[in-house]
Amino acid sequence: MGSYLPLVIVLAAGGVGTVVLVLFGGAILTWVREGQVWNSVFRHGIPRDRRTRAMAVLSNVFLHLHPVAVRKSGIRLSFTWCMGGLTFFLFLAEVVTGVLLMFYYRPVVEYAYVDIQNMRAKVISMGLMREIHRWGAHAMVISIWLHMLRVFLTGSYKPPREFNWTVGVILLVLTLLLSFTGYLLPWDQLAMWAITVGSNMARATPLLGHEGPLASFLKIDGVPLVHAGSDARFGLLAGTFVGPNALLRFYVLHCVFFPVIVSVLIAVHFWRIRKDGGISGPL
Amino acid sequence: METLLLAESTAESLKGVINALCEPAPFFIISCIALIVFLVGYRTFTRPAVALTIGAAFTLFYIISAFDPNFAAIIKKPDNVPITIMMFSVGFCTWVAFRQAAINDERMERGEPLIEAGSDDKVLVWPDLVYTELIALTLCTAVLIVWAILLRAPLEQPADPSVAPNPAKAPWYFLGLQELLVYFDPWIAGVLLPGLIIVGLIALPYIDRNPRGNGYYTFKERPFVISTFMFGWVILWVVLIVFGTFLRGPNWNFFGPYEFWDLHRLAALLNVNVADIFWVRWMGRGLPDDWMLRELPGVFLMGGYFFILPVLLAFTVLRKIYRQVGLIRYAIAVMLLLWMALVPIKMLARWTLDMHYFLAVTEYFFNI
Ligand code: HEM
Repeated sequence: MGSYLPLVIVLAAGGVGTVVLVLFGGAILTWVREGQVWNSVFRHGIPRDRRTRAMAVLSNVFLHLHPVAVRKSGIRLSFTWCMGGLTFFLFLAEVVTGVLLMFYYRPVVEYAYVDIQNMRAKVISMGLMREIHRWGAHAMVISIWLHMLRVFLTGSYKPPREFNWTVGVILLVLTLLLSFTGYLLPWDQLAMWAITVGSNMARATPLLGHEGPLASFLKIDGVPLVHAGSDARFGLLAGTFVGPNALLRFYVLHCVFFPVIVSVLIAVHFWRIRKDGGISGPL
Repeated sequence: METLLLAESTAESLKGVINALCEPAPFFIISCIALIVFLVGYRTFTRPAVALTIGAAFTLFYIISAFDPNFAAIIKKPDNVPITIMMFSVGFCTWVAFRQAAINDERMERGEPLIEAGSDDKVLVWPDLVYTELIALTLCTAVLIVWAILLRAPLEQPADPSVAPNPAKAPWYFLGLQELLVYFDPWIAGVLLPGLIIVGLIALPYIDRNPRGNGYYTFKERPFVISTFMFGWVILWVVLIVFGTFLRGPNWNFFGPYEFWDLHRLAALLNVNVADIFWVRWMGRGLPDDWMLRELPGVFLMGGYFFILPVLLAFTVLRKIYRQVGLIRYAIAVMLLLWMALVPIKMLARWTLDMHYFLAVTEYFFNI
């Protein structure tokens, strides 16, 4: 009996709690909403009428991304497909799951692969987080493409939204780079060779890659400036091959550098949507 | 028993036909024709009944194909699942967009208001938008969690620099670029062309001076820009990813979707340069030793393509556009378009003429 005691207590407490909520829920809610704590956080009444609904959006830093009222045509699902919003949400999901993964992952060749294995073997929920993180990344690549497609097909890049389109293109590049740098981190065969194939291209950068055109012209006293140990790929990988330095470099780019820039640019992107007159529509 | 055998042999020969159609040249040309036919007849093809039939037929084809072990092996790879999702969602979204474009274009012809009209009607963000977002967010979370439970993220053998997989593929979203490596040197395929894609996208709003079609779906008001974009996006990006995923096997050889990935298959490599064709085939002599003389035909060809053709176009086909956008915008736009067009041109030249380089200054890694 003793070992069941906690269970009984929990169930009893839950039961009593439910009854109390059902009987006095409304009264408790009103009491909370009239109290000092609630009113210090939310400075408006319950969003029931025009004024309080407007206040709900205006006085919340996150909802304040939106204007108070939007054009009807702009929020139709068949117009935006909600693709920009979906991309944003997937980015948030990646940040949350990514931070959790960072607790269990060490970007060192000796540990990286084993850490990923252990996530699944030892911490089941972490295995699931890794799955969500990976599929979410793929989904974000697809959704950002589709978002761009819809912005293009509705002609929403035309004045006055040219600059926001530019911001978007940079976000697109950064999203692909985020995905690419993350691809290396599991440190398995798939990761290493995909990054090898991808980063080999940098070898051929004109002027800056040691197998690129014009690079052989850069010489001082006949000593080539651009060689395998100094070219663009070396800068990317911190080495001449995908090794420990590349892993660390990609980790920092993936977990800190790109996410921060993307966050800032998303803020600019959203700000500009409002400044450019909201979601586009026929004039 | 006999009918079973018969069915099996028909299935096999059907697979043979499809494998043959998926050879690079036919597959590419069929895709282009399909896109053109779709754009010309977009009003017909986007009718719900027609679109549904096409979609259902493709889905059925895909499902039946999954019974083939070689095809199944490809689509079941966890990192290839997103490609299946991408193909279907691109198809669906294209339909949604062009359907609305068709409706809008018909309405404009009849002088009726657009689907998006009434844009001055405003609704409050709370509750209309916030709740839509909440629902989208919840659905998306649910889908992600279910996807994560059903399908495990891949984890292969630990990284080993001494064991290269064959084929070694880039992440799927870069497979189009990897495919370009077959036709161009790395500095073009891996650096120049991606750079031009980015520059071209950024330049788009500043080049496209057509004020119409801003904020609503239409095709009729901007046929040229939309057709060009769709060619770049569907053919040069999505189709090339499909190439790279489904049709490229060991040694980056081409394989039909139902073909076994034979490690030992050899592909004949008999590539020739423009210089070879000119000097050896036409002039009947050996290649000149001096590279400047040797590449003279290539210089003429590429020089004509990049510098004389734009002038000719400005006076003929693109005359209207030239007038509309002015010299600088025209020059930038035409360079971007010519580079974009060079991709399919080079691919077709490779498939039909075994063309290696138009211009080959191998001495300085400068080959086009
Ligand atoms: C991290 C990536 C991105 C996020 C989170 C994002 C988010 C959004 C959101 C939420 C909207 C509101 C309307 C909608 O959902 O369609 C929007 C609009 C817009 N986006 Fe993005 N976007 C991203 C990338 C891009 C890209 C790649 C482009 C284009 C190359 C782009 C160009 C635009 C433009 C021009 C608008 C205004 C559209 C209009 O007014 O109709 N964005 N974006």
